[in-house]
Amino acid sequence: MSGTPSTATALGLILCHDCKRLNDARNLKAHGLCCRCGSRLHARKPESLARTWALTLTACLLYVPANVLPVMTVLMTGRSEADTILSGVKALLIGGMWPLALLVFFASITVPVLKLLVLIFLLLSVQMKSHWRPRERTALYRLTETIGRWSMIDIFVIAILVALVQVGALASITAGPGAVAFGGVVVSTMLAAISFDPRLIWDAMETPHEVD
Amino acid sequence: MMSHLTNNLPPDAGGGSVLQEQAHTLLACPDCDLVFPLPCLSPGEKARCVRCGAVLMEHQAHGIDYSIALALTSLVLFVLSNTFPLLKLQIAGREQIGAFTTGVHALYDQGFWEIAWLVLLVTIIAPLFRIISVLYVLLPLWFGRRLLGAARIFRWMEILRPWAMSEVFMLGILVAMVKLGDLASIQPGVALYSFGGLILFMAATDASLDEHAIWMRLEDGA
Repeated sequence: MSGTPSTATALGLILCHDCKRLNDARNLKAHGLCCRCGSRLHARKPESLARTWALTLTACLLYVPANVLPVMTVLMTGRSEADTILSGVKALLIGGMWPLALLVFFASITVPVLKLLVLIFLLLSVQMKSHWRPRERTALYRLTETIGRWSMIDIFVIAILVALVQVGALASITAGPGAVAFGGVVVSTMLAAISFDPRLIWDAMETPHEVD
Repeated sequence: MMSHLTNNLPPDAGGGSVLQEQAHTLLACPDCDLVFPLPCLSPGEKARCVRCGAVLMEHQAHGIDYSIALALTSLVLFVLSNTFPLLKLQIAGREQIGAFTTGVHALYDQGFWEIAWLVLLVTIIAPLFRIISVLYVLLPLWFGRRLLGAARIFRWMEILRPWAMSEVFMLGILVAMVKLGDLASIQPGVALYSFGGLILFMAATDASLDEHAIWMRLEDGA
């Protein structure tokens, strides 16, 4: 192989993001739609950096109320107690259920923070046209895309507790505004990962090496 | 088994004369855009991109009849999971029965419609859409036919993939059960077992789908 690798873009081809069919960029059928599945073709995901930044920053902002506001309120024999995400983990830990506490801590706190940091790192590295370890950065992106969904555990726990514990004044659980913000964090980080295009990492490799 | 592809295209491919027909015999990596000639894989073999390591193609060992059987089983288990009680809770001398969608109702009634819709989407709508789509696309293909909009539905199935979160929901149920353990006595309902099976069968259906082969058949008009 000579210097430039044969990418679809270099060969004048566009990969359909949905059905993975290659289309000839100069011979597109009506309105730039894929010849096989009819979805709109883009050489790269549209406005990838702008959209991913917008969604990542949204998630960063929502992260604050998600952790400060109560995700649910437990009313037990007249006593009302507000639970945040972290206090929920603490309750599990005090109850001696440390494997479960670890799991919830990982899914609700580690994963969202790690995901935001990785997205910001990938965005910055692409914008600085970094040549640093593209293969590892792509793998990091794939990992982010896969683990994001597991943060939904807490939302599901709230949904089930709210459904089951409804015995009037004796014991009842209601959801709290923190849950809405936390759901927002999960959804916007998932959308951010979906709108990021890992091929941008490789496009930067073809530009001359800058100081990085 | 794994085959690592090499990016050795015919020299004329770079000359700028790749036609739609030729594009049919090529494959591009969705993660790094590198182009490969379509690999010839034996059943059970996987092709990975040499440059970034992404899985490009997987030749499934079983045919579409296998996927259809798994999807049909999933559908039955889905109906069971949504019909029978999921959990029974004895609290303060009263019995509470939680079904699959009780959480959605409760959240909606408390004014948290955003989370109610989100939970409904990721636990009911997306998984059910995916199961029905497999049947809608594959059953006619099995008989050598293609139903209206099959390509569009198969496309939406792919788009909804990250939003179908049944296995995460299962873990959420287990965490909730443990949390309630010292507050009340909990008994698992029929739906909990069928839901456990549903997760296994949905994962098996997903893993058995040979997307490339299905798209080729959809393109050729079955």
